Amino acid sequence: MTVHSTSPQFKQNAARALNDDQLQKALGNVKQGFIDKRQMAADKLPEFEALRDSARDIKNHTLEHLDLYLEAYEEKVKASGGHVHFARDAAEARDIILSICRETGAKTVTKGKSMISEEIGINHHLEANGITPVETDLGEYIIQLRGELPSHIIAPAVHLNATQVEEDFRRVHTHLDAKRDLSEPVQLLTEARAVLRERFLAADVGITGANFLVAETGTSIIVTNEGNGDLTQILPKTHIVLASIEKLVPTLEDVSQLLRVLARSATGQELSVYTTFSTGPRRSTDADGPENYHVVILDNGRSSMLGTAFEEMLRCIRCGACMNHCPVYHAVGGHAYGWVYPGPMGAVLTPSLIGVDKAGHLPNASTFCGRCESVCPVRIPLPKLMRHWREREFERHLTPATVRSGLQLWGFFAKRPALYRFATRAAMGALALAGRQRGRFAWLPMAKGWTKYRDFPAPQGETFQQRWTRERKGARA
Amino acid sequence: MSAMPFPARPEKPRVGLFVTCLVDLMRPSVGFAAVKLLEDAGCTVEAPVQTCCGQPAYNSGDRGTTRDLAMRMIEAFQGYDYVVAPSGSCAGMIKAHYPELFEEDPNWRAKADALATKTYELTSFLVDVLGVTKVDASFNGAVTYHDSCSGLRELKVKTQPRRLLASVEGLTLVEMKDSDVCCGFGGTFAVKYSDISGAIVEAKAKNIEEAQAPTVLAGDLGCLMNMAGKLSRDGRPVQVRHVAEVLAGMTDEPPIGAAKADAIK
Amino acid sequence: MSSRDDIFGNIRRSLGVKGTETIRRQMVEDRLERSPRGVIPKRGQVSGEERIALFKTMVETSLATVTEVASAAEVPQSIALFLRNHNLPATLRMGDDPRLKTMPWSDTTLDIAHGPSEGRDLSAVSHAFGGIAESGTLAMVSSADNPSTLNFLPDNHIVVVSAKDIASDYESVWNRVRFAYGKGSMPRTVNWITGPSRSGDIEQTLLLGAHGPRRLHVVVVRE
Repeated sequence: MTVHSTSPQFKQNAARALNDDQLQKALGNVKQGFIDKRQMAADKLPEFEALRDSARDIKNHTLEHLDLYLEAYEEKVKASGGHVHFARDAAEARDIILSICRETGAKTVTKGKSMISEEIGINHHLEANGITPVETDLGEYIIQLRGELPSHIIAPAVHLNATQVEEDFRRVHTHLDAKRDLSEPVQLLTEARAVLRERFLAADVGITGANFLVAETGTSIIVTNEGNGDLTQILPKTHIVLASIEKLVPTLEDVSQLLRVLARSATGQELSVYTTFSTGPRRSTDADGPENYHVVILDNGRSSMLGTAFEEMLRCIRCGACMNHCPVYHAVGGHAYGWVYPGPMGAVLTPSLIGVDKAGHLPNASTFCGRCESVCPVRIPLPKLMRHWREREFERHLTPATVRSGLQLWGFFAKRPALYRFATRAAMGALALAGRQRGRFAWLPMAKGWTKYRDFPAPQGETFQQRWTRERKGARA
Repeated sequence: MSAMPFPARPEKPRVGLFVTCLVDLMRPSVGFAAVKLLEDAGCTVEAPVQTCCGQPAYNSGDRGTTRDLAMRMIEAFQGYDYVVAPSGSCAGMIKAHYPELFEEDPNWRAKADALATKTYELTSFLVDVLGVTKVDASFNGAVTYHDSCSGLRELKVKTQPRRLLASVEGLTLVEMKDSDVCCGFGGTFAVKYSDISGAIVEAKAKNIEEAQAPTVLAGDLGCLMNMAGKLSRDGRPVQVRHVAEVLAGMTDEPPIGAAKADAIK
Repeated sequence: MSSRDDIFGNIRRSLGVKGTETIRRQMVEDRLERSPRGVIPKRGQVSGEERIALFKTMVETSLATVTEVASAAEVPQSIALFLRNHNLPATLRMGDDPRLKTMPWSDTTLDIAHGPSEGRDLSAVSHAFGGIAESGTLAMVSSADNPSTLNFLPDNHIVVVSAKDIASDYESVWNRVRFAYGKGSMPRTVNWITGPSRSGDIEQTLLLGAHGPRRLHVVVVRE
C-alpha cells in the first residue's frame, strides 16, 4: 500500500470541491492560462503533430523492449560510478532511500518535485525515522507546509490562492518579522527563496525524480523552471534519483523528441528553463556536484500493465495537459480524485496502481469528451482506457447495482425492436401529455440526478418511427 | 477524389437514416428535418426499423450487450449506400467504435468496417460527401453554435455546420466562448455524477447567454436537452434547437424544453 | 529472488519475451549505436547570420537578455557595463575556463573570484559549451572550468557563448558532446538553460527568480 487514498469517496470529495468558493476561484486559473499557452506553442511549431507521433512511437518502442533498455541503462549508470537499486513496491523504495540517507548520516533531505515520491509517501517515512524532508519546488513547499497532496502534477498548489500561502508562511516562518509585507506574490516568492536557500546549503541528501532516463548514456533528466531540482541535486553530498520503470528512453536523440513536446504541452514554453542531464557522481575534473549518485527504479505495479491495454498509459510523460483540458478537473480540482494522480491520466493510472475496487469512480467520472486525448503529447487514448476500466468493473460486477439493472432493462427492450417501439410509443406519449403545459419537467421520478440541476425537456409525443410508418409506409403500425 | 476509399458516389444515393434513440423518442422533428435535407440534396431516404446503437452499454462497460446491438445495427443498415445520423455521438459510435468491438471476429469486423466507412454525421455528410454548399432555408436572427464533443473530436465536425448555417437567409452566427468545451452531458454521466455535470453545464449555459444570441444550436440531442434543461432552470431566455431544424427551415415545433405557448410569445 | 530479478521477470512475462531473443537484442543495440534522429523542426535549420539572429530572438523570448561583442577581448568590458547598468556591484565569480581566464579582466575594475559558488555570490560568469538556435537554449557542461553551482546560485548569471558554437538544434549539440566525450559517455552534468529561473506556482502568475538566477544575460562572441 502506498499513500492513503480517498478515491472511494470521490463523489463526496467532488461535492465538497464544488461548494468550495475559494477552490472554484483558484480553478479558474487552470481554465485560463494553460490552454491558450499550449495552443500558441503548438501553432508556432509546424512539426508539432509530427513530433507527437514521434514521441508516441519512441515510447512504444521503448516499452516493447523495456527489459533490454533497462539492462543497458543499468550498465551505463554503473560504468559512470553510480548505483542502481530496484524496488518492487513503495515499501521497498522507501527502505532503500532511508538506508542511503542513513549511510550518509543525513539529517535533512531536500527534494525536487517528484510525483513518484508522493506515490511512495517518502516524506512521511523519512520524518518517522528522524530525517527532515524539505520540498523545494515552490508549489510543493507550500503544500508540504499544509500537509496536503499536490492537486496537479505540474502545478501542485494550483488549488490555492496567494492569501492562503501568506497565512501559511506567517504560521511557519516565525523567525521573520511578523509585520512584514506579504501582500504581493513576488514577496511570497522572495521569502520562500531565502528560506529554502538555507535549506539547500544545509542538506545532506537531495532526492529528485526523473522525467526521463537515457539508456544510451545512463543519464537521468529533470525538467524544471525554478532551478530547485538542480540545487537539490548538485549541492548535497548524495543525490538520489527516484524514477519508475517507464521513464526509460533509448537515446539522447529520442529524449530530444520528447522534450520538444513536453514543455509545449505543459506550460506552452518552447522548453522549460532548466533541462538537466545527470550522469553519475562528480568526477575528478569537477569542482562541485554530488559525491554519490543513486538511482532507485520503482515498479509498483507498472510491469503488470505491459502487454495489456493499459500499456499505453506507460507512455505518459506527466505534462498535465489532459487535466488542464478536462471539464471534470476544472469543476472539482485535483484533490477530489483522492490519490496522487488527478485528472484523466489519474483516472486511468490510479486504478492500475491502487486497484479498480478503490478507484472505480475515477474512470467513470468522465463525459468522454475526448479533449484530453486530443492534446496528449504521446497520444494516449485516455477515454478508451477509461472505458476499459469500466468494462473490467462490469465484468467483476463492481458496477453499481442500480446502473446494472437499468442497463439490463434498457438492453432487454433495445434487443426487441417491436417491443421497444411499443413501449417507447406508450412512454413518450404519456410523457408528452404530462409535459404539454410547460414543455419540460422540473422533476421526474426516475431522473432525480438530472432534474436536481436542470429541467427535463418533454418529448414531442409521437416517436419518429411511429410517424415515419404512418406517413411513409402506410398505416401499418 | 480518386483516392476515396469507396466506390464512386451513386447518382441518387440510398441513405439509411439512423434516427438515433433520442431523436426517435424525444424529438422526431429533427429526424424529419434530416430527411428533408437529405432529400433536397438528392438522396433517397429510408428509415429501417432500429433501436439503439448500444452506446450507453458500451460506455458502461457492457461489451456483450453492445456487441449484440451493434450486430443488429449492422444488419439493419448494411444494404444502404450511406448511413447518416443527426448526431455526431451516435455516428461516432459506429464509425470510431464498432470496428474495435469485433477485433477478435474477422467476419463481423469486416462488416463493422464496411458500415463505419459509409456512416456519417448529417452536416458532414451534406458538406463533405455530397458537396452541399447552401441550404434553402431562412431564419430570422442570431444563433450561437455548440460543438458537441464526439462530432468535433471523433468526426472532425466543426466547419460543416457553420458553412451550411452561413447560407441560411437572415441568420447570423455569433460564436460563444469555449464553444468546443463539453456541456457536461456525457450520457449516463449526467445522472451518475449529476453534481459535476450540473457544474459543467452551468458554465456552458453562462457562455451561451453571454454570446447574446436568442438561439443556441448543436448537432446532438443529448447535449441539447442538457443545455436546454439548464438554460430554462436558470431562467436564461435562450431557445434551443437542433441544427438540422434550422438548416431544413423546419422551426414550427416549439424549441427544446419549451411549450407550444412559449413559442408563440 | 532479488527485486531486480523479480521486476525483470515480470516485465518479460508481461511482454511475453525471454530477453534472449536475438532480433530484439539487435534492434536495441542498433538503436543505441546509431541513435537515429527523429523530427527536427525546420525553424532552426538555418546557418550563418540567420542562425545567430534566431538564437538571439529565442533567447529574448525566454526572457533573458543578449548582447553581441566582436571578440573575446571585449567580453570583460561588456560584462562590466551590464553590471553597471543594473546597479550591481562590480564583483564576479567564475570557474577555471581558459577561454574566460585569458580575457583582459584587468581592463575593468571588476573584482573576480574563482571556483564554485557557495551561495553568496551576486553575479557569476560561465562559458557555454554551445547554444541552440531552435529554442534560444544554452548548453552548459560541468567541470572545474564551469562549475554547475554558478548556473544556479548567483542572482545574476552571465553566459558567454561563441557564435561558432551556436547550433541549429539539440541533436547537433549531442553530436558535439559525443565528439568531446565519446559515444555513450557524458559529462557529469549537462545543463540546458532557456531563460532565467521562474515560477508560476502562486496563482499561476509568472514570477522570475524562483531559486535560480533572477537575470540571465548572454554574451555572444563573434570572432
